Amino acid sequence: FAETAENSFNTSNIFSLGYACRNISTSSALHSKTHVSCDIKGDVAVVRFNTPNSKVNTLSKQLSAEFTDVMNEIWANEAVKSAVLISSKPGSFIAGADLNMLEACKTAQEVTQLSQDGQKMLEKIEHSPKPVVAAISGSCLGGGLEVGVPAAFDMMLTGRNIRADRAKKMGLVDQLVEPLGPGLKTPEARTIEYLEEVAIGFARGLANKTVSAKRSKGLMQRLTDYAMALPFVRQQVYKTVESKVQKQTKGLYPAPLKIIEVVKTGLDQGNDAGYLIEAQSFGQLAVTKESKALMGLYHGQVQCKKNKFGTPQKEVKTLAVLGAGLMGAGIAQVSVDKGIKTILKDTAQKGLDRGQQQVYKGLNGKVKKKSLTSFERDSILSNLMGQLDYKGFEKADMVIEAVFEDINVKHKVLKEVEAVIPAHCVFRPVTPPLPHPQHSIAAASKRPEKVIGMHYFSPVDKMQLLEIITTDKTSQDTAASAVAVGLKQGKVVIVVKDGPGFYTTRCLAPMLSEVARVLQEGIDPKKVDAISTAFGFPVGAATLIDEVGVDVATHVAEDLGKAFGERFGGGSIDLFKLMVQKGFLGRKTGKGFYVYQEGVKNRSVNSGMDEILEKFKVPPLSCSCSDEDIQMRLVTRFVNEAAMCLQEGILSNPVEGDIGAVFGLGFPPCLGGPFRFADSYGAQQLVDKLRKYEAVYGSQFTPCQLLLDHANSPSKKFHQ
Amino acid sequence: MPHDLARAALQGLLTRTSVPRDVVDYIVYGTVIQEVKTSNVAREAALGAGFSDKTPAHTVTMACISSNQAMTTGVGMIAAGQCDVVVAGGVELMSDVPIRHSRKMRKTMLTLNRAKTLGQKLSLISKIRPDYFAPELPAVAEFSTSETMGHSADRLAAAFGISRLEQDEYALRSHTLAKKAQDAGLLQDVVPFKVPGKDTVTKDNGIRPSSMEQMGKLKPAFVKPYGTVTAANSSFLTDGASAILIMSEEKALAMGYKPKAYLRDFVYVSQDPKDQLLLGPTYATPKVLEKAGLSLSDIDVFEFHEAFAGQILANLKAMDSDWFAQNYMGRKSKVGAPPLDKFNTWGGSLSLGHPFGATGCRLVITAAHRLKKEGGQYGLVAACAAGGQVNDAVLHMGP
Repeated sequence: FAETAENSFNTSNIFSLGYACRNISTSSALHSKTHVSCDIKGDVAVVRFNTPNSKVNTLSKQLSAEFTDVMNEIWANEAVKSAVLISSKPGSFIAGADLNMLEACKTAQEVTQLSQDGQKMLEKIEHSPKPVVAAISGSCLGGGLEVGVPAAFDMMLTGRNIRADRAKKMGLVDQLVEPLGPGLKTPEARTIEYLEEVAIGFARGLANKTVSAKRSKGLMQRLTDYAMALPFVRQQVYKTVESKVQKQTKGLYPAPLKIIEVVKTGLDQGNDAGYLIEAQSFGQLAVTKESKALMGLYHGQVQCKKNKFGTPQKEVKTLAVLGAGLMGAGIAQVSVDKGIKTILKDTAQKGLDRGQQQVYKGLNGKVKKKSLTSFERDSILSNLMGQLDYKGFEKADMVIEAVFEDINVKHKVLKEVEAVIPAHCVFRPVTPPLPHPQHSIAAASKRPEKVIGMHYFSPVDKMQLLEIITTDKTSQDTAASAVAVGLKQGKVVIVVKDGPGFYTTRCLAPMLSEVARVLQEGIDPKKVDAISTAFGFPVGAATLIDEVGVDVATHVAEDLGKAFGERFGGGSIDLFKLMVQKGFLGRKTGKGFYVYQEGVKNRSVNSGMDEILEKFKVPPLSCSCSDEDIQMRLVTRFVNEAAMCLQEGILSNPVEGDIGAVFGLGFPPCLGGPFRFADSYGAQQLVDKLRKYEAVYGSQFTPCQLLLDHANSPSKKFHQ
Repeated sequence: MPHDLARAALQGLLTRTSVPRDVVDYIVYGTVIQEVKTSNVAREAALGAGFSDKTPAHTVTMACISSNQAMTTGVGMIAAGQCDVVVAGGVELMSDVPIRHSRKMRKTMLTLNRAKTLGQKLSLISKIRPDYFAPELPAVAEFSTSETMGHSADRLAAAFGISRLEQDEYALRSHTLAKKAQDAGLLQDVVPFKVPGKDTVTKDNGIRPSSMEQMGKLKPAFVKPYGTVTAANSSFLTDGASAILIMSEEKALAMGYKPKAYLRDFVYVSQDPKDQLLLGPTYATPKVLEKAGLSLSDIDVFEFHEAFAGQILANLKAMDSDWFAQNYMGRKSKVGAPPLDKFNTWGGSLSLGHPFGATGCRLVITAAHRLKKEGGQYGLVAACAAGGQVNDAVLHMGP
């Protein structure tokens, strides 16, 4: 179901030339149209898509119906020789199927019907006797892409975003139109007008045969076509693709496999069979719980891209980041490339150099991938000022502190900073996963209303989530300003209340504690990883500890253990402590549960751990050591703690809880987050599992009141 | 080599004006693509042309307005009291641009210089691969956007809705007018140049009035296959050099010269190098007029650099648009488009050619000659350049 990804083909315009259909039908319903309009320009019909009151066009029932009417009129009209399809919205052709429409469907049959209607239309366009040119500006996804370009192979599986120039190379589109600058109208308006003019020229050319729509096939293409015609080769290709997909999805996502099946049927048994199974599969997939979960995440993400605190009084134009470590430099990188002037301050030249190099490397990577030009990289870097002193802090609108995680250092830095920053400036201690309650930092501040916590996730330029932590004293405007910056940095933002471990760290800690317990029971790290990824976690649980850092995990476990007591028990914290002593801190020291070597892909288990694990070995308790039990032990503790956060008001709603868990901690996306999972798995079943483990292991599995409430009244759901 | 052309221009100037070499206090030249051997081409040309080795000379660069920069630099030096007499000019040798080895090859060659033993040298040489020999050609493309100028001009024309037909018509006009001016002997700024081993070039050789049909046959040169800018409606790159004598009024009068024209005022402006690369004259014209206290109707002679027919027409449309003035220039109203009967009436860069660094002086001296011929008072010169920069100057026939 990857096609619902909300991003686009980028800003350039594409138009595609498609040849189309035989079927002349003469129904011309003349009711007024709101989604699709048609202009006749000479002998060319210009069909415009315009979903009212929406930023993008989506393939809704109404749009499809009106489009069908319009096309039928065009085919019936003798004076029209060709047609151009275009959107009236700059930057969006058709962004795919209307999610609301799909969600409104109760059964697979309904979706199948919708899908078949769509297919019929597309098939007609494909075989149209009059040339149809699709003039695409901006996002063209899913069904939208099919309207524009009746053929796409690689894209079907990965749902990735393709830049216009790539699309041309792939043969998805035939010609590119570069966006125009200012003229006698706004660039956007003139560009779309120009796109239409050029498209009309091509449509006319196609109709009178001065332009050919035939795409010349390269030698490679012809060879591939030849090979694919051989059944034996085809079987081999299916096999390879299937095993690859199986490996990547662990069979947890049904859509990619279905897609392969559809393509297979289409190629082996002809188009009609292909279309039929495509519509049926689409119908089945649309109502799966995976699809519901992913659609839920999509809506949640949209919600977390809005600033619920409103517009801040003062826009943050200059940002200061204290500490040029991984985190600080990462924050600087995602700020400078959004045009925010950023001061990166460190206390040592060496640390500062490393940080600046990290920013450069991050941006240069984009140059290598051609998403930035080297010139853009340079001009972005001019927003970055690396320094060792507090010069220029008097102009900073916001200071983000990402120094060493020690409350004394933090207090000292706060004092230093408050001496130099202007009155409106917001101070935001960045919070690596350590559980320092923000109020203890706020307590040291002269202006606690301006202090707010931020929890970025490493690597900052890759991880989408930002967890913002407000204290009782944080002002509304400070929160608005922090969220605005986060959104500008391209983050999905959740806002939580202050408390030990906030939300994300607090959910993760009990699960990691359980991982330790599982390891102590003698299950080796590779097995633990395999079990957790099989459940849908993108990173195995043992590897996750190595990535986070064993020292950090120890610190978290200790602090949260103090705060929450037995509920955070399970695995022995001394296991981690001994690992720290031995220098097995995880990836950063090259050794943790695994051995990490530069350039070695298949890492091996750290043999030094055998002795440690042996020392802390506990006998496995009966009845709870099957793979499924282990998965459930990890996940139920996670979910239980998440529910606890909602119960205590750390979280303000389940949507943010799901988004935080999926985007920040890698909770299986196919399950949609802990709350969505609780809904679909059933609160009662969850409580049953928790009670079962509670009986064996103890109170760390005691279900929280909120879960019990949900279990007691089956109509209660986190997501309605 | 470029300095040969520049030398000829300087000698031509000396002959025409009979100014004694030792009166010249300073020489400034503009150039764009530098010949590495003569990176300060002003100095080499001056020495070669027999100027005193006591006369300092420097070279400036500002893309297509390099010689404009040379002239205004000279004016600035006079205004600052540094000197009284300056020779300014520009030179470009497009027929022999420097082509470099690839970076890999350059690196190997430089390391080779430092290799001590034969073994080291051989090992370095053995690392050379066929792709090392691929040369690097200079391109007429913006460094900041990697877009070629023709491509930008095509997008500009599209933004202002200029058709292929309009562009071809304008190009034909340029060639026709240039031919007429040449036949009437009006292009008197030209100095014959004897090419070593070949014939003497006595006149501009790019003037080719064609027909609309002929021009209509050409395929788009940049935005393929539906663009509108073609080889026929673009200026062509050629070799050329220019020189001009600048003095303070007192000095000129004291030496018994009658000035051809007074430089009344000038401005430089710059804007977005991507979408408004060639739209500079629109921005600069109202500014320089305001500075000089004149209005568009006071101007008798317009001399604009014609980079592309589409670019000239886009500028004319932009200057005539209130919407553009209000939304992009922060002005209350448009400055107005220059009337075509006063506009480049002796041809322009489309027909005469465009040796980057030399064009500015040609525009100024042509404007002066036209003012004299037509009995006008004020002339306006405008030229746009790569990087989105532009120079506009107002000339005055004097009291």
